[in-house]
Amino acid sequence: MKPTHDVATAHELGEMDRRIEYAIGRLLRIGVIVAAIVTLAGATALLAHAGDTPVSFSTFHGVEPALLTVTGILRAAANGNSRAIVELGLLLLIATPIARVAATMVAFIWQRDATYVVVSGIVLGMLLYGLLFGT
Amino acid sequence: MSLTLFAALIGAGSFFAGLLGALTGLGGGIVVVPMLTLIFHVDLRYAVGASLVSVIATSSGSAAAYVRQGFVNLRVGVFLEVATVIGAVVGAMLAGMISTHALSLLFGLVLLYTAYRSLRGHGGDDVHDAPPHPLAVRLRLNSSLPTPAGPQPYTVQHVPQGFLMMLLAGVLSALLGIGSGVLKVLAMDHLMKLPFKVSTTTSNFMIGVTAAASAGVYLHRGYIDPALAFPVMLGVLAGALLGARLLARANVRWLRIIFTAVVVVMAIEMLSKGARGGV
Repeated sequence: MKPTHDVATAHELGEMDRRIEYAIGRLLRIGVIVAAIVTLAGATALLAHAGDTPVSFSTFHGVEPALLTVTGILRAAANGNSRAIVELGLLLLIATPIARVAATMVAFIWQRDATYVVVSGIVLGMLLYGLLFGT
Repeated sequence: MSLTLFAALIGAGSFFAGLLGALTGLGGGIVVVPMLTLIFHVDLRYAVGASLVSVIATSSGSAAAYVRQGFVNLRVGVFLEVATVIGAVVGAMLAGMISTHALSLLFGLVLLYTAYRSLRGHGGDDVHDAPPHPLAVRLRLNSSLPTPAGPQPYTVQHVPQGFLMMLLAGVLSALLGIGSGVLKVLAMDHLMKLPFKVSTTTSNFMIGVTAAASAGVYLHRGYIDPALAFPVMLGVLAGALLGARLLARANVRWLRIIFTAVVVVMAIEMLSKGARGGV
């Protein structure tokens, strides 16, 4: 016994979702490309002026306080600090899936799907809180 | 070791991790942390931070290709992301309280389990049309699989159990700096009875979001060091992109056996490091 009406609805829903997914896939790829370019640019600058510096990560000291917040990274990167430019690239990468959730939420608003506007809103809220404030 | 040499070696290692991870479908993230801690003696916290960033890169970078095939179930993904993101935030909070040798032991166990799952294979692309879980109806999780014969409808089972398993996947992702793809696929494929292709592509779709939740928190704690994270991220990403291109021509069966052997060796090393008291 198959409820044909429900299946048709699910299929139409699927088609609409598929178009959204296609746009989201492109958004993600652009995000990764931009983030990789910024990271590579910062890394080139970092290696050019500090490539001979000895490094070790065997003891945890934590990243310098200036690079621990979104505003701090932006400020230091604007000043041309190469470690900050690398960190900005990594920050853009972390922001890419967050932008995807935001885009999904917009798509659900456009579909007037209240349940999923709330569901994606919860995910987006938690992600933004973590990125902006930590825990 | 100078920064240039260190970055070159780590970049090369990460490249192979990404390449094998993409070719075997196990993901490179699972071997990045053991490689960094066991071979390069990197502190576990720095290793987890760098690995999470690389997990986001591969998940997002390959999503465009996956999404085009039309297997991703958007609603299942977004709904289960609530669980993985809560799990990841909880895991990030726990990370500061758990000793590194306890984390090494946990990592060893997760690696062993990954190796076991990789050898066991999967349930196939069976389309289940048993009556769906009531929540699957209310949340409109049921969908259809594109096949040459037209779209085949499938139903979704055991929604609460799947949600709980995704909480665990999120916690492990944050604690260990991995994508937890194996556990995510298991939750969707075995518990929720989604077709295998839908499970793997939807898992990949969710991995970036899960990793971004804990990476955002770790950024504030200073776990994500730019000098370490850039060779890891760029190496894994390049390896994964090449792996995706080679996939059609590669002998996946042998690669899978080799990669599984590597995973088992790393599991034993992580367990013994953990037992000896810290990485």
